[in-house]
Amino acid sequence: MAAEKDIIIRLEHISKSFGDKKVLDDISLYVKRGEFITFLGPSGCGKTTTLRLIAGFGKPDSGTITMDGKEISEVPPYQRNLNTVFQRYALFPHLDVYDNVAFGLKLKKVPEDQIEKRVKKVLKLVSMSDYEDRDVESLSGGQQQRVAIARALINQPKILLLDEPLAALDLKMRKDMQIELKEMHKKLGITFIYVTHDQEEALTLSDTIVVMNEGKIQQIGTPTDIYNEPVNCFVADFIGESNILKGHMIRDRRVAFIKHEFDCVDEGFGEDVPVDVVVRPEDIYFTTDPAKCQFKATVNSCTFKGVHYEMWVDTDTGYELMIQDYDPYEVGTEVMLYIDPDDIQVMKKERMANTYAAKVVGEGKVEFLGTEFACDTTGFADGDEVVATVRFEKVELLDYETEADTTGNVVFILYMGNHYHLTVKTECGENIWVDTNDIWDKGDFVGIKIAPKSIQLSKPEKANE
Amino acid sequence: MNGKKILAKAYLWLLILVLYAPIAFIVIFSFTEAKSLGNWTGFSTQLYANLFTGSIQNASGLQSAVINTLLIALVASIFATILGTVAAIGIFHLRGRKKQTMTFLNNIPMINPDIITGVSLFLLFVFLGISQGYLTVILAHITFCTPYVVLNVMPKLKQMNPNIYEAALDLGATPAQALRKVLVPALRPGMISGFILSFTMSLDDFAVTFFTRGTIGLDTLSTYIYTDARKGGLTPELKPLMSIIFLVILVVLLVINVRQSKTPEKQR
Amino acid sequence: MNKRSSWALPYFIFLVLFVVLPLLLIVMYALQDGSGHFTLSNITKFFTDKDALSTFALSIEVAIENTLLCILIGYPAAYILADNKLNRSAVTVVLFILPMWINALMRTLATAELFNMAGIPLGKGTLLFGMCYDYLPFMIYPIYNQLKKMDKSYAEAAQDLGATPRQVFRKVTLPLSMPGVWSGVMMVFMPTVSTFAISEFLTNNKIKLFGTIIQENINNSMWNYGAALSLIMLLIIGLTTFLQGGDQTEEASGGLI
Repeated sequence: MAAEKDIIIRLEHISKSFGDKKVLDDISLYVKRGEFITFLGPSGCGKTTTLRLIAGFGKPDSGTITMDGKEISEVPPYQRNLNTVFQRYALFPHLDVYDNVAFGLKLKKVPEDQIEKRVKKVLKLVSMSDYEDRDVESLSGGQQQRVAIARALINQPKILLLDEPLAALDLKMRKDMQIELKEMHKKLGITFIYVTHDQEEALTLSDTIVVMNEGKIQQIGTPTDIYNEPVNCFVADFIGESNILKGHMIRDRRVAFIKHEFDCVDEGFGEDVPVDVVVRPEDIYFTTDPAKCQFKATVNSCTFKGVHYEMWVDTDTGYELMIQDYDPYEVGTEVMLYIDPDDIQVMKKERMANTYAAKVVGEGKVEFLGTEFACDTTGFADGDEVVATVRFEKVELLDYETEADTTGNVVFILYMGNHYHLTVKTECGENIWVDTNDIWDKGDFVGIKIAPKSIQLSKPEKANE
Repeated sequence: MNGKKILAKAYLWLLILVLYAPIAFIVIFSFTEAKSLGNWTGFSTQLYANLFTGSIQNASGLQSAVINTLLIALVASIFATILGTVAAIGIFHLRGRKKQTMTFLNNIPMINPDIITGVSLFLLFVFLGISQGYLTVILAHITFCTPYVVLNVMPKLKQMNPNIYEAALDLGATPAQALRKVLVPALRPGMISGFILSFTMSLDDFAVTFFTRGTIGLDTLSTYIYTDARKGGLTPELKPLMSIIFLVILVVLLVINVRQSKTPEKQR
Repeated sequence: MNKRSSWALPYFIFLVLFVVLPLLLIVMYALQDGSGHFTLSNITKFFTDKDALSTFALSIEVAIENTLLCILIGYPAAYILADNKLNRSAVTVVLFILPMWINALMRTLATAELFNMAGIPLGKGTLLFGMCYDYLPFMIYPIYNQLKKMDKSYAEAAQDLGATPRQVFRKVTLPLSMPGVWSGVMMVFMPTVSTFAISEFLTNNKIKLFGTIIQENINNSMWNYGAALSLIMLLIIGLTTFLQGGDQTEEASGGLI
């Protein structure tokens, strides 16, 4: 926890909806003075909205934003001491480079000679010194980017906000600009708040990463924390390559997955508890020593990736794992593998099964997910509020509507070694999680069917008194 | 393939010949003093001279008609451009039912034949008890011109990088400053083309002016020609006037189109 | 930026006052007699007046013939102008657009005079010719635009699948150019039905069109009957717009510059 005087921005319980779509759900975080912090997540996760709220474009529905201890939610953007670099640069097309960069200073009525000095200085910083008189539309993407950065920095803001500034550049240009941005940050010493969906970029640039998904913060930490110790499946899957598997915590420091038992370093999960396990592909090692071998597998594919070989193996227990190694193994080879206890990351399961607040709407009928389902309602009366539980593997997905109870779209696919764990957004807006061996694509329209005997009803827990 | 091309070209040129025959007719006969169209009494530029010195027979009706036409077009276009630009910005930010309604209402003056616009506005002014004259004609012209401005400014709004207004705010501009220094310059090309289109539609209008000008003797060029032709004779000075207008339009259109084909299309 | 959408409000008020209200007034006057009482007599007057009905029918007939004529003559012209192999000159296109910008009355007068000079008697034939002459550019331009905008890959895909040039035209180019044709129809049909001055000049007042009788009635202070006739015309507009299914006006008018 940082000292109060080191915190420059603090967001507390920020929520925001656009229409009936909740874009930010109770976001709380703080930004340390001078650090390079990145909001990372897939499109639609709320990272850009958060940035814009800090910049002053839009007001939160609830919660507070403070800068240097003062609340700024009511302060308009032109009075906040921070500047934004927009995703598509937003350079003023009717002004040349010089006038674009000088825009903020001219508004403050800074004398001409001072403006000239500062423009030249900042253009030098972004290596665009000879471009003062150029028409901005004649510049390349990378050049426009630098001018946009110069235009923001010249106002000497306390915080620089960057909204996916490198998204429109090609790969090589992006990598070069990343290095330049990092150096700029070091040189200027101001706070950078950066937004991106590119996890590699976040890992390269940041002091702190805030991983977001669906309007909620998933994890906050340093790049190494996030990479080595993801707290849930989403973070594990989003950052780097991972093998994410269903596991079982036997007791402290002993976990079972892929039908083998392993020593690990995690504690505090309890005994005999279902968990999710993450092992990075580069952390599974080949061995020729039978004593070190923890499990055997057969190689089923091997691809050269430049830096390493990427291989898929089928374990002796029917699971598929991805391994990255500098040496290749031929397809069909039987190999011996082991994993270090340090490299096994155990994560709490976010949910054990699908649970919904439901209502009994007649004999043998219950309503949840905006639809009626047939199920056994003995012991419950018409109108009762109940909790409906459906296990992941009991949800049936169809590629047609006619027999389905309801429909939805696949929004997230997690491969878990021997099955897929899908997140499906149903037509009523709520999510349902499904375990299946069928291969679906993200965005696929699906029919959802739940057999009556797969729905367990139970009394809801008493609300807090 | 060549035969096809020749046939095609011939077809086009035949059409052009037919299209321009009447216009050529006017231009040729503007160089003669004969009172009625179609009479050739020898080459003369007298009519052109008359036009400029203002010594036209049948009173200064023609002169004042020309001045009225230009004045009304100018005033109406300026108001239409301002109203239309503000409206376009507003409509751009609307969604759903409201946007549909505004777009529909905006389209009505463009779909309505001018006679309907003229008659309906006539009834409006009678109903409201407004005496008809310059004011009503200008209001009427603004009514049918503004939709075209909206139509020309909208694409510019859609093309504009949505962030530039915010960028200005971010750099310290108040909303008013951001509007002036950033938004308006970005929309300027659309405003200009909207203005030009308004001006042209106003210049060319007949029916709407006809019904809204009242009985004070207000004439625009179109109504002057109408009354003139109905009386039987045609003020001879109209011939050089039309020829000059034709020449001006020809030059302007050629210049615009040649410039457009020279400058490369600006990307997004 | 919700505040920005309120900028549409002044224009909304303007439109209500100067567009909606006048149209409502047409309905109101049409359904009233001279002393302000509700009546359908104006409408029944129209349907029982042989002259009015025949004028109406004639106007529709002339409009349809004119539109068809314009399509017949204009489509080939637009096609040729838009075809890169047959026409590369931007100037030629301008020459076709130019007449639209010259005062229609003047052009019509000149056309009428030409007929006079050539000794051709003014009547229905000259009327049709003059109308077509006036409105031809308004048919050519939208079709030209639509053809020019069309993605060449459609025609190429058709050829790849075995279509001869004639088939390509019939099955691909023609159907895809229909929006342009509809724009042209909209810009020609309705104005032709509602025209009044032009028909007077081209037929020496011998043939009256619907627009003319509306004008006569309004001028003679027969506002109620005139409004009723206008209402009939409005219904036709409504019908044609509805049949056409949405507005192509954006394309037609926005592209003129």
